[in-house]
Amino acid sequence: MHASLNTLSSHTPTSSTSRKPRVLKWRVVDIVVASVIGVASGVIFWAWGLAWSPLSALLAFTPGLEGLLAGGWLFAGVLGGLIIRKPGAAVYTEVVAAVVSMLIGTQWGFSTLIWGVVEGLGAEIVLALFFYANWRLGVALLAGAGAGVAVGLLDTTFTSYAALDIGYKAVYFVSAVVSGTVLAGLLSWLAVRGLARTGALSRFAAGRESGPADRALSQPAQ
Amino acid sequence: MTGARVTASGWGWRHAGRARPAVSGLDLDIRPGERVLVLGPSGAGKSTLMHALAGVLGDDEDGDETGELLVDGRRPSASRGRVGLVLQDPDSQVVLARVGDDVAFGCENLAVPRAEIWPRVGQALADVGLDLPLRHPTSALSGGQKQRLALAGVLAMRPGLVLLDEPTANLDPEGVVEVRDAVLRSVEASGATLIVIEHRVAVWQHVVDRIIVLDPAGGVLADGPTDTVLSAEGERLAAAGVWIPRFPPSPPERRDRSEVPAAEVLLRAEGLVVGRVPFARKRAVAVAGDLDLTLESGTATALTGPNGTGKSTLALTLAGLLAPAGGHLAAADALAAGLGPAPHRWRSRDLLERVGTVFQDPEHQFLAGTVRGELAIGPRALGLGGAAQTELVDALLHRLRLDHLADANPFTLSGGEKRRLSVATVLATRPRLLVLDEPTFGQDSRTWAELVRLLAELLDTGTAVLAVTHDEQFVSALADARLTLVPGPAPAGGPGVATGSVSAGRVATGRVNAGLRQRTGTEPS
Amino acid sequence: MSLMTPEIRPSVIARVNPVAKLAVALLISCALMLSIDWVSAAVALALEAVLLAWCGLSARQFWLRTAPVWIAAPFAVLTTVLYGQDSGAVLFSAGFVSVTEGSVALALAIGLRILAIGIPGIVLLATTDPTDLGDGLAQVLRLPARFVLGALAGLRLVGMFIDDWHSLALARRARGVGDGGGLRGRARRFGGLAFALLVLSVRRGSKLATAMEARGFGSDIPRTWARESVFGVRDGLVVAIGAVIAATAITAAILAGTWHFVLA
Repeated sequence: MHASLNTLSSHTPTSSTSRKPRVLKWRVVDIVVASVIGVASGVIFWAWGLAWSPLSALLAFTPGLEGLLAGGWLFAGVLGGLIIRKPGAAVYTEVVAAVVSMLIGTQWGFSTLIWGVVEGLGAEIVLALFFYANWRLGVALLAGAGAGVAVGLLDTTFTSYAALDIGYKAVYFVSAVVSGTVLAGLLSWLAVRGLARTGALSRFAAGRESGPADRALSQPAQ
Repeated sequence: MTGARVTASGWGWRHAGRARPAVSGLDLDIRPGERVLVLGPSGAGKSTLMHALAGVLGDDEDGDETGELLVDGRRPSASRGRVGLVLQDPDSQVVLARVGDDVAFGCENLAVPRAEIWPRVGQALADVGLDLPLRHPTSALSGGQKQRLALAGVLAMRPGLVLLDEPTANLDPEGVVEVRDAVLRSVEASGATLIVIEHRVAVWQHVVDRIIVLDPAGGVLADGPTDTVLSAEGERLAAAGVWIPRFPPSPPERRDRSEVPAAEVLLRAEGLVVGRVPFARKRAVAVAGDLDLTLESGTATALTGPNGTGKSTLALTLAGLLAPAGGHLAAADALAAGLGPAPHRWRSRDLLERVGTVFQDPEHQFLAGTVRGELAIGPRALGLGGAAQTELVDALLHRLRLDHLADANPFTLSGGEKRRLSVATVLATRPRLLVLDEPTFGQDSRTWAELVRLLAELLDTGTAVLAVTHDEQFVSALADARLTLVPGPAPAGGPGVATGSVSAGRVATGRVNAGLRQRTGTEPS
Repeated sequence: MSLMTPEIRPSVIARVNPVAKLAVALLISCALMLSIDWVSAAVALALEAVLLAWCGLSARQFWLRTAPVWIAAPFAVLTTVLYGQDSGAVLFSAGFVSVTEGSVALALAIGLRILAIGIPGIVLLATTDPTDLGDGLAQVLRLPARFVLGALAGLRLVGMFIDDWHSLALARRARGVGDGGGLRGRARRFGGLAFALLVLSVRRGSKLATAMEARGFGSDIPRTWARESVFGVRDGLVVAIGAVIAATAITAAILAGTWHFVLA
């Protein structure tokens, strides 16, 4: 599950301005924080699933618009990918979130897990296309869109939406992609920026780039 | 199993993203079986040293290392399992949901055969004095128990070096003693080397043989037997914030009685019953009951008692954040200022000017992205805009010495700074009653003295203070009255309800200034 | 009881290896997902109902935990009746809405399917202790131990959420922003609370990662397990039962002629 693409890292002390070679193997802190994000997202997924039934009934005046709600289950992967920045992060976080929402209890049973894997892959593929090196807003939005594409395809083939007419299926697909881009892509990117500013990401590359140097950082990283 | 030997030569570490190194030019030689207390002002790199010895500082991604630091002649990251580390926060060290499983975790990681794991678990739990069934849920443990659990998890690994990074900072006095005794017992039995960081010297004075004081500018300030270092450096350390028994912080100066505005009743409770409403239920479960209490302006009341007696619940109820579960709680006109008598019914904006609450964990209160923004929230909610708001915020920043941090994110502040910020945010709206939950928890003596001085100033201008506290020194320094909660008898099948008694009159002891005010009918002691 | 860690009553089902339970849930879900028809769903549901007696949940817990399913099914039925694929005689029509014999049959199938897939998943997992599940995944399925245990640790951390949520809400009331602002204000407060919780959990997670590493976690040494997770005959039997249910449902549907493969 983790790529052991250990690039050679030098052991001589380097100045703070030189770029360190990237390490792609997962550290313990990567695993635990990804799990925490996954589990927290899983709880939100479960709550979103509860709210989904009445909300989708509201949107049902044009069948297929429920796709707009799909993004609520897609943000875990993008969030995990943006923070951990290593291969497999998006899939792992999304799967953990899916498992947790399944554990608490959803109407979709085991299929939640399968959906989680595919949705995670949707985001992961986009991140891989950028070689896990580009983490700007555009990539985050695309990753969200990728997850949206994945869930759109799945839902219109295997769930009750497969029973809709082709026109409505298209509406569903497009709204899922839009929802993924906004709820999963944009929101996750904003969340990561907010997190970085609080210093919570001091052990990750995401927490150490851009922004003014924080003068208050006088304690060792906990 | 013998103790481990620790050597350092010119060792230093700089965290990634910081300009200056946390530690530099450190030379150490700690012999097997020694017990060492590491002291130093904050920023001296003590925590960094602990993390490095445990091998958990990280790799090149996390920072740069200079010099050499060895445990038993090998790098710490190569001798995981030889070194055990117990950290400060009890909640962030529990790994698994059951007591036995959590203690066994370390052994599993070290590939100890299953047949040997469970005997070790039993032994470790006995060593720390945790007499609980193995299937007991870890979420049901108190702070002191969780710290002892972490210690047991470390001891089960049979380490040669035991590291403790402020293990008792977040514990009440009972928990502190429990943990200290557990450490002593186990280290004596195993002969392991012990290194402790703590700023309460009194707790560890008689456990350790040697004290090392780190210098923030690099290297070691002092290194020698306990008594020698304390007599040579005691005063300097006390000035830097360490709690040295012989140099306690000086009590605050109080104004003369005649200069203080007359006391008026702010809040009155009769037969008050407090409790919390559990998740997904409607009725509150009473925690403490039948309490009579009067809060007057310009007076400080201390709320004390053992854990679990509902002190926090009572404080939050008096602050208007929780609804009373029974009895009678009424705010006098002096406090309510035109609103109804029930504080929990006031809108939260109205609460701002009347009651200020400072929570035990400052991080729970942070809402904004900068310190300045944080201070502006209260005034803005009251409708104060533009220049007036800026002026108020600047004054507060200056008063609490947070000027240089005005644009920093609140979460990046140090412990003492966070505490000052949370108190500052409450002061921004000038409430008449201030409720504080464990304000001096884990603070070094400098921050403690500042806080006490600040509260004394507020008291002298007519603010009422209610503080939940375990800190006897705090009570002696400030309290005019004291409400002690005592656990009540537990009826069959249910938790007991605590009761309380108020002892009024001056409770201040210790050094007293001549100009101290006197209450009618009570002598200053 | 918390959201994450259900009270597990000792029962036959609770002692079955969690991996076996996962396998059963997987088999049934996959089998039923391959087709949308009322026969397969009904047969599966009937067989599951029979086995519910051994599920080990009290009546109250059962209804509480499966509530999401019971809420979702009627909504899905309604949506499909009104907007589903049409076939057969038209019963009612107005604008987007069109109720036909076909869409009614489809709606029934969808409803039964939701129940048949959702209930076993919930019931089986509600009787599983997360630590045992982790042991099963790592020892029986040989998933990488680092990830399984990391996920378990994360699960435990998040279980502390509910207390934090309450504290944060109280703190907001104390800061003057606890109420007001109508719906937008409530949404903003919710967002603020959720973000604050995220910050707290990431920080705790980092600290826990340090503590776990200090206990030797994450090295390349192959670890031992203090609790053994065994996949025995009884567990194989449980999986077999699941397979039988799945097979019966599919066969019944094919024989009844209602089997309608989704990908066709």
